Amino acid sequence: MQILIRPEPFDPYAELRAHERAVFASPGAFGATASFVGTMRDFNEGDEVQGMVLEHYPGMTERHLEQICHEAAQQWTLLETLIVHRVGPVVPGESIVLVAVWSAHRAEAFEACRHLMEDLKSRAPFWKKETLADGTRWVARNTSGVARKNP
Amino acid sequence: MKKVTVKLFASLAEAEGWRERQCEIDSGTTAAVLWTRATGHPELPPRMLCAINMEYRPLDTVLAAGDEVAYFPPVTGG
Repeated sequence: MQILIRPEPFDPYAELRAHERAVFASPGAFGATASFVGTMRDFNEGDEVQGMVLEHYPGMTERHLEQICHEAAQQWTLLETLIVHRVGPVVPGESIVLVAVWSAHRAEAFEACRHLMEDLKSRAPFWKKETLADGTRWVARNTSGVARKNP
Repeated sequence: MKKVTVKLFASLAEAEGWRERQCEIDSGTTAAVLWTRATGHPELPPRMLCAINMEYRPLDTVLAAGDEVAYFPPVTGG
């Protein structure tokens, strides 16, 4: 299990690969990898967003993310989890978050990855302040994680 | 009197103009009472969250000497 808070831009796919190589002794040690990458959009609530600043609570953020990884590992049989989250100034197109889960079979990886991401969104102490053309605003709340299907 | 550390984050820190200070409290002081003591605001901001020693706790939690008490708005990471 690894939790990384990154003040600089990161490449989530390079992080995933590097972690996989560092953690697993043989390339056949796992059967399933599920990952989620969150990227900064250039629009929100109908406005063009030029950038944002991600604030966190050093100490509590890491501790909370470790707790949810431990809880996920109790709930499902997992081989490894990795969470990387950006802090500080971010511009559109840059990665905000990577959640990756390795397991023997797909069900555990899929479900744990979704669960970790939803818990991170609703409980991990991070806050976003957006820069718009005419000023700044704090993001009031995160959107629902429930997908709307096309009619 | 007991000493505690008060921390504010995000919009609350911005509104108050500070991020961290020490406060002295009496026995039996809750996190809600400390909010008023530290900021001078009699009312709690709606939807405000509280963490004591880096764990989520309800605002009616009674504080102990040396506690780190953090107040912040709903989280928006990820």
